[in-house]
Amino acid sequence: MMLGLIRPTAGSVRLFGRDPQTTVAALEGVAGFVEAPSFYPYLSGLVNLELLGSFDGGEAKQRIPEALETVGLSDRAKDKVGAYSHGMRQRLGIAAALLRQPRLMLLDEPATGLDPAGMRDMRDLIRGLSAQGMTVLLSSHLLGEVEELCNRVAIVRKGGVAYQGSLAELKRQAGGGYLLRTSDDDVARRVAAAQAGISELRAGVEGGLTFDAESDAAVGALSLALTESGALITELSPRQASLEDLFFKLTEGEADKAAAPQPQLAERAA
Amino acid sequence: MNPGTLTIYRWELRKLRAQKRTYLGLGAAALVPIIFVVALVVQGESPNEVAFGKYVHDTGLAIPLVLLLFGAVWMFPLITALVAGDIVASEDRNQTLKTILTRSVERHQVFAGKALATFTYAIAAIVLTGVVALVAGIMASGFDSIISLSGTRVSAMEGLGLVWASLGVYLIPILTVACIGLLFSTLFRNSAAAIVGTLMFSLLIQLIGILPGLESLHPYLLSTQYNAWQGFLRSPVDWDPIVRAAWVCSLYALPALAAAALVFLRRDVAGD
Repeated sequence: MMLGLIRPTAGSVRLFGRDPQTTVAALEGVAGFVEAPSFYPYLSGLVNLELLGSFDGGEAKQRIPEALETVGLSDRAKDKVGAYSHGMRQRLGIAAALLRQPRLMLLDEPATGLDPAGMRDMRDLIRGLSAQGMTVLLSSHLLGEVEELCNRVAIVRKGGVAYQGSLAELKRQAGGGYLLRTSDDDVARRVAAAQAGISELRAGVEGGLTFDAESDAAVGALSLALTESGALITELSPRQASLEDLFFKLTEGEADKAAAPQPQLAERAA
Repeated sequence: MNPGTLTIYRWELRKLRAQKRTYLGLGAAALVPIIFVVALVVQGESPNEVAFGKYVHDTGLAIPLVLLLFGAVWMFPLITALVAGDIVASEDRNQTLKTILTRSVERHQVFAGKALATFTYAIAAIVLTGVVALVAGIMASGFDSIISLSGTRVSAMEGLGLVWASLGVYLIPILTVACIGLLFSTLFRNSAAAIVGTLMFSLLIQLIGILPGLESLHPYLLSTQYNAWQGFLRSPVDWDPIVRAAWVCSLYALPALAAAALVFLRRDVAGD
């Protein structure tokens, strides 16, 4: 939809204030690929780029050598794309996008199907583009990849945006708390419960205690109090929720809510 | 400056030049006349049952005309359908539509470039057949006068002009087939289905023509227009079938082309 390939059933899209559904001029300054990048297998990588450069007009064709160099395909440019590996096609997709000198790069699952080395190279490439000042919009189900590459995230659920903002803010909102293990959990529980700035005290799923802290100072004070009480600390660590945890919390939580009214309806029917 | 239809057209031709199926069609267009002439020379007989058949050993000018009679209904439509049925469907097969439609070209320009390339290929196939048939025919039977369908003798040079005029008129139904192939290619998104569908359409129209009681439909069938070129081989030239071919074929071609364009412009382009 953002690239004008699919018509929205509702709503609209604007890229730099222009509607991609009405004209390709809206894609000026925008490049990227949807799913796997696709090329003519019977043409070489170079000729494919020449074709796309011609379709872009302007000086796009003159950028081909630089784009091939950036993605590391200069030495295979004259081979037919039909003989390219999946990773090479992904890199050619990036090269094709670079011909447009985009301000915004849309990448849909760029590392899907790549081997570990290919994934690493792709991530390095994306980091490099970002470092050059390009905005990269990455769509991915590989949450580790998102966590590693992105500074802002949007989580989409059932066609709606469940969260949009910085990754740091999302993690901060989700909290995470601390995990505490001591030589005597009963003593530790009593001490922690009495400590100012400590809340949400619970038994940990895998032993120990979990709690939320108002501040780092509150955690430090708890540490001191525990030592004085004789409960020796064996582990005191912040529990940081992963993006995967947050994703499921945001997407599955709503599913639970959606399911919840059904029994109520059933009761009314009865 | 943004690229236009001409840029896309040139690239469509380059893509056609890089594909084997193009050479399959053009190869057939070139080889069939050669095989036909070789068979005539080796056997020493004439296909007397068809018009101009009895002159194949008298003048090379008869060769392209006999080939048109033999190949008008299926061979040239098949050669045309090979590319017309594939030109959009191959983009679906390679999933390359999303690649080109996210560049600085509008959809209608892409469609126009494809349509022009399809027509160019169809014209090239007919011209190739004409050139090869004439060269092979003249080498085998000489460059002599020919007897028209009206029984009058036409000089070799005048006959040569009439042969090319006939091939030109035959292009009218062939370009119509190209439009139908383009429609099927856009609709089916599958090359094989579009190619077979185009050929089946051409043959089915011919079958309608042989059904009893439907004689009144004959002037309006596409298959009838395949023979409109014979109007040039009469003295004086019979323009009626030629003019009719022009407007009857437009009734087939223009809606097909418009429907293909509409589908192409409005379709969602998403991966499978």
